[in-house]
Amino acid sequence: MNFVVPNFAPAYAELFVAAMGVVILLVAVFLKQSARPFAYLASLATLLGAAFITWYTMDGQVSYTFGNMYIDDLMGDVLKLMVYFAMAVTLLYSRGYLTDRKMDRPEYFVLATFATLGMMVMISANHLLTVYVGLEMLSLSLYALVAFDRDSARSTEAAMKYFVLGALASGLLLYGMSMVYGATGSLELSGIAQAIYHQAGNRTVLLFGLVFLMAGIAFKLGVVPFHMWVPDVYHGAPTAVTLLISTAPKLAAFAMTMRLLVNGLFELADQWQAMLMFLAIGSIVLGNIAAVAQSNIKRMLAYSGISHMGFMLLGLLSGVVDGDSRLALNAYGSAMFYAVVYVLMSLAAFGMVILLSRAGFEAENIDDFKGLNKRSPWFAAMMMFVMFSMAGVPFFVGFFAKLAVLQAAVAAGYVWLAVLAVMMSLIGAFYYLRVVKVMYFDDPLDASPISASADLKLVLSANGLAIAVFGLMPSQLIESCVAALAGSF
Amino acid sequence: MDFKTFVFYMFATIMILASLRVITARNPVHAALFLVLAFFTAGGIWMLLEAEFLAITLVMVYVGAVMVLFLFVVMMLDINLDRIREGFWSYLPLGAAIGLLMVAEMVIVLGGSYFGLDSMPEPPAAAAGYSNTRELGRLLYTEYVYPFELASLVLLVAMVAAVALTLRHRKGTKSVNPSQQIAVKRNDRVRMVSMPTEKE
Repeated sequence: MNFVVPNFAPAYAELFVAAMGVVILLVAVFLKQSARPFAYLASLATLLGAAFITWYTMDGQVSYTFGNMYIDDLMGDVLKLMVYFAMAVTLLYSRGYLTDRKMDRPEYFVLATFATLGMMVMISANHLLTVYVGLEMLSLSLYALVAFDRDSARSTEAAMKYFVLGALASGLLLYGMSMVYGATGSLELSGIAQAIYHQAGNRTVLLFGLVFLMAGIAFKLGVVPFHMWVPDVYHGAPTAVTLLISTAPKLAAFAMTMRLLVNGLFELADQWQAMLMFLAIGSIVLGNIAAVAQSNIKRMLAYSGISHMGFMLLGLLSGVVDGDSRLALNAYGSAMFYAVVYVLMSLAAFGMVILLSRAGFEAENIDDFKGLNKRSPWFAAMMMFVMFSMAGVPFFVGFFAKLAVLQAAVAAGYVWLAVLAVMMSLIGAFYYLRVVKVMYFDDPLDASPISASADLKLVLSANGLAIAVFGLMPSQLIESCVAALAGSF
Repeated sequence: MDFKTFVFYMFATIMILASLRVITARNPVHAALFLVLAFFTAGGIWMLLEAEFLAITLVMVYVGAVMVLFLFVVMMLDINLDRIREGFWSYLPLGAAIGLLMVAEMVIVLGGSYFGLDSMPEPPAAAAGYSNTRELGRLLYTEYVYPFELASLVLLVAMVAAVALTLRHRKGTKSVNPSQQIAVKRNDRVRMVSMPTEKE
């Protein structure tokens, strides 16, 4: 019965976000007219406040609290800062879109705040239970947000598919966790790592659990063969929600993968690397080939997201070669860099779709981008930056992200895998360049000037320019990713 | 075979048969009732594991609340069984192949060689005055307080989501707000008009 009150200090950011989520919910109930602007501004303020807390409590130390269920390390802090940033930009982009469609109800922002909390819990999880609870908090918020446009049959169908498949994936993940617990006798990730290190037996049970864990992880990352939900959900959800799903949760999924596989099951790296290789090859091949056939830009970006996640896995699967983990830091750093860059590009790409949409009109077909250069040369250039960067054209940041993971794969001896990935990204260049082609060489279907609020235009421009500028000096970003991971091992 | 083992196998057999009937029963109400049976037998197995509180909670929460609600919903919905069964035969070969593969793998791994008594020794029986409920409460509110509070927030998210997705304020209904009706004052309803007296 000797219980010590846990140290709350490392988790101040989580406590703040949780409290603010409840406060926004309560205050918005009592505000009549101003509830909508209040919820929007308060959720932005929450992200800003959480960023301050995380920034000022960031030190290179690894600390545990809540009975080792919570880990506070540099990787977690950096990923959390990226999550706040991605969520804030997402909310900024979505504001006008939501207002036009009467979807800017306070619940939207409350759910977005709790989704942020779920991601933070996943990022800082050091216990199978907290991984799962954080994941459910994120997923539940996302299911509801996908269906938020209640009168749209397409959104409801997408939410239903996402919910049913997501529940199945959570079930598989839980089953895998129970097997890992059965084999190691610990739910805590560092305890699992120690148990595997000390006892050689029961490998079969562990591997059996690992397969199920991997299925859950692959679903959350949206990689082949657990990718079926991605195009339908991206297409069916309101564009603002698609923007949300395709950005910050990818960072949380990356963190979950790192926590489960690297912090917990590092001793099994040979096995999970082989599994990741199948997932990566499938995603890169299917994502790039299927995207060619799409005429809807949200579906195209969904398939491109599948292939990007496959590329990210290239970094994760080249950490350990023949039991030698010297390359691990660089390999995982490249994967983290890829995830961060993908989020930056995805924000801008869906931001452009939102920019071209207006009340009663969704610019979701590639044809809607026709002749954008005549309507707005500046934003056509921004979209061109995004597409070039996603395609991996040199001197945009996406090129360096691809280069980093390919270097990691080659360093681990997977030259054939790198060659395959490059070939597939050449196929992928076709559909990215097609968007650039219709913007510059086709006549506009609709010559009206772009009507969007000044803050959307400003932040979107900054986002597009960031893709170009980071392309000129990528080394700092890569180094900070590697440095962030260095503290966690 | 001692009595405990016999009870375990009896519960396990009933549970598997009931679970099978859940997915094969033609009538959704029967399927829901078989699920209730499966929950009861699962509760029985937990009782054998000396997890009395969990067993009772399972029966109370799942059978008492969740399944009753579920039965109501099933009875109110007009479920078209033919549409649900559409495509059953075309999906069967692939589904059956994957299902059999998984069952085979699970039998190999979950068999006695890895989970037998020699690799997973039986935990010592609890002392006579041991309270399962008390221990659970102690752990939930001390060591597991972080995931416990997070789980409560997950439930809050579920509530917010349910309200956000289903609550509609309809305009033009003739429903009366009782609190407004009670709070009504004489002055709201009766207007005293002073009229000049008129002759004739």
